[in-house]
Amino acid sequence: MTFKRSARVHGAAYGPATLADLRNGEEGVLDRLDLAEDIARRLMELGFLPGNTIVPGRRAPGGGARVFRVDGSEVALRDDTAARLFIRAKLEVCEIVTP
Amino acid sequence: MSDCHGSPRGVLLPSPTIPVPHPVNERPLIVAIVGPPNSGKSTLFNRLTGLRQKVANFPGVTVEHRMGKAKLKDRHEVFLIDLPGIYSLHPRAEDEQVTHDILKGLRPDFVKPDAVVLILDSTNLGRHLVLAAPVLSLGMPTLILLNMADDLAERGGEVDIATLAQELGAPVALISASKGTGIERIQQFLAGTAANLAGAKPARIELPVLNDVPKCRQWATKLGNRASYRAPAPPLWTRRLDSVFLHPVFGPIVFAAVVIAVFQSIFSWATPIMDGMKAAVFTSGQWMGHVLPDGLVRSLVVDGIWAGVGSVVVFLPQILLLFLFIGILEDSGYLARAALIADRTMAKFGLQGKSFIPLLSAYACAVPAIMATRVIENKRDRMATIMIAPLMTCSARLPVYTLVIAAFVPNIPLVKGVLSLPAATMLMLYALGFLAAVVIARLLKSTVLKSDRSPFILEMPPYRLPTFRSLGLRLYDRGRVFLRRAGTVILGVAVVLWILAHLPLHAGKMPDIEHSFAGMVGKTIEPAIKPLGFNWKIGIGLITSLAAREVIVGTLGTIYGIEGEADSQGLQHALQADLSPAGAVALLVFFAFAMQCFSTLAVVRRETGGWKWPVFQFSYMLALAYGASWAAYSIATHLLH
Repeated sequence: MTFKRSARVHGAAYGPATLADLRNGEEGVLDRLDLAEDIARRLMELGFLPGNTIVPGRRAPGGGARVFRVDGSEVALRDDTAARLFIRAKLEVCEIVTP
Repeated sequence: MSDCHGSPRGVLLPSPTIPVPHPVNERPLIVAIVGPPNSGKSTLFNRLTGLRQKVANFPGVTVEHRMGKAKLKDRHEVFLIDLPGIYSLHPRAEDEQVTHDILKGLRPDFVKPDAVVLILDSTNLGRHLVLAAPVLSLGMPTLILLNMADDLAERGGEVDIATLAQELGAPVALISASKGTGIERIQQFLAGTAANLAGAKPARIELPVLNDVPKCRQWATKLGNRASYRAPAPPLWTRRLDSVFLHPVFGPIVFAAVVIAVFQSIFSWATPIMDGMKAAVFTSGQWMGHVLPDGLVRSLVVDGIWAGVGSVVVFLPQILLLFLFIGILEDSGYLARAALIADRTMAKFGLQGKSFIPLLSAYACAVPAIMATRVIENKRDRMATIMIAPLMTCSARLPVYTLVIAAFVPNIPLVKGVLSLPAATMLMLYALGFLAAVVIARLLKSTVLKSDRSPFILEMPPYRLPTFRSLGLRLYDRGRVFLRRAGTVILGVAVVLWILAHLPLHAGKMPDIEHSFAGMVGKTIEPAIKPLGFNWKIGIGLITSLAAREVIVGTLGTIYGIEGEADSQGLQHALQADLSPAGAVALLVFFAFAMQCFSTLAVVRRETGGWKWPVFQFSYMLALAYGASWAAYSIATHLLH
């Protein structure tokens, strides 16, 4: 008997997911920030610290920047910035396959 | 918990009882107010200083600060400095650099403050407390204020400030700056510090490595836990309001309604007040004309000074109304949502959402708009916003547009009477300025101010009810700035113009305008402006309006020898005789684009720290104005014949 484990990472078929992949109602735990140092620092000061839970909120009407709830405040980011904030992979499906 | 209302608990650490003599030089205590953005720093500053404050700029940097005096109960005065909102003391952004340098006494032009008042939002203490680490590390006497105590209690949060004070080694007080509760604690601290500077130094405590943001945040959490901090429930009203204001359908509707209301306030609601002021200026001018003996002095006072300054002062209600709107939007927290909504559109021009706020205020006046560009962190984005802000149709263009349109555009109803031809012309001029701004922004951002798409990071503050106090102070401040300008620049131009228009004397008599100095200047530049359809009289107006656009109306009044504002019919007829319809079109276009405002150039120089940008701005706008009005004149000459 062998176990085959298939895991789906949030939002993306492969590769680690980012804040931009979060759908409404989902939340993510920040893993790392892949941005220039000064921008990363500003974001960390605003609460985007590895380990913090981030909840996506409303998007600007007609698309565009999106509000994220993090560490007691709400901060709007554009998608290109959100896509550089990686969240911890979460195993969602775990199936046991028996031959 | 409920005793947070009315009498907030404040704990001041016991200070040594040994009496310390006053410092020999009895200069007042200088105290810096420091805090993150949206912590209520300005509200506290206003609360403490009231009208005893002024806005100032540090030379060479684009950071504005406010200075004010607070009176203590024992008649002592304390100087307060309201420093820019900061998240850390890491000198990265310009505002943080300034705060850092001032607190460390590194600025040669500024005395090192004696003490610090650190204000934090008690409803978001975990994150705000992070700033306490770098501030306490300075070793200066520090008072830590936990603001919005009313909000914290209402939403079921609490904190034990006695423990927090012990942990931080500095006095802590729970206050509400907007309601005014707990203010006596600050007075107490200031009085105590003034009496005993050395004794007010914070106790030595263990601080985290300041450069390590996660470590600092952990330190803050630990402190919060020790002080049994319970975070309040999420702001329900903010969530509810956002579900409307950021709704895919209602959001843009509200946004459009807000923008329309702002414009409506400039055009319709301010008109009756302005008509009243115009009448008052005219009547008082007439009265002075009766009182003063006929002659040079009367002419100077009534035609020169009163007509010149009066024609500008009448715009005060309009400008105040606009600032009232912008103040309400800003203090309530809606402006951050507006910036979020506008971000996508602004990004198309190479700018970002934060440029929206200054550009909206530029419709009132470019000067405060340029100062408001400080919110844009990206230097190149800020520069591009500064460069295009004067293309927005500011209120100083209104009297010019109104005069020329009334004289040349027939009142023909359009679209079944919904719009008239004059109103449509006015709208087109607004659109013209906006379109030019967009194109120039795009050009600048793809050439000299090219930068990577800068990230748009904007904190959405919770919605709050604006207070009358803070709105009133804002209007007072702006009104004072405006009137000072009218009393200096405009007064100066009026006097100089009057002299130039009445000299040299011919056989002891005042010359007619053509043979005056002003006339000579107008004649000299006439060849240059002839291709635009302007004669020398308009030329004089163009030159005087370099000081401020609205001056041309008063100038033309003086030139045509028409006294007083009420006779605008006469001025219109005189203009019709002197300007062809095509020339009128060219004049409107010229005013839409030209950089005729000393105050704006001065503020751009100050904000950009040199003459390079204001000179560039003046040149490109003049070139644009000349080219566009030449084109407009040529096209209109063909069409109108």
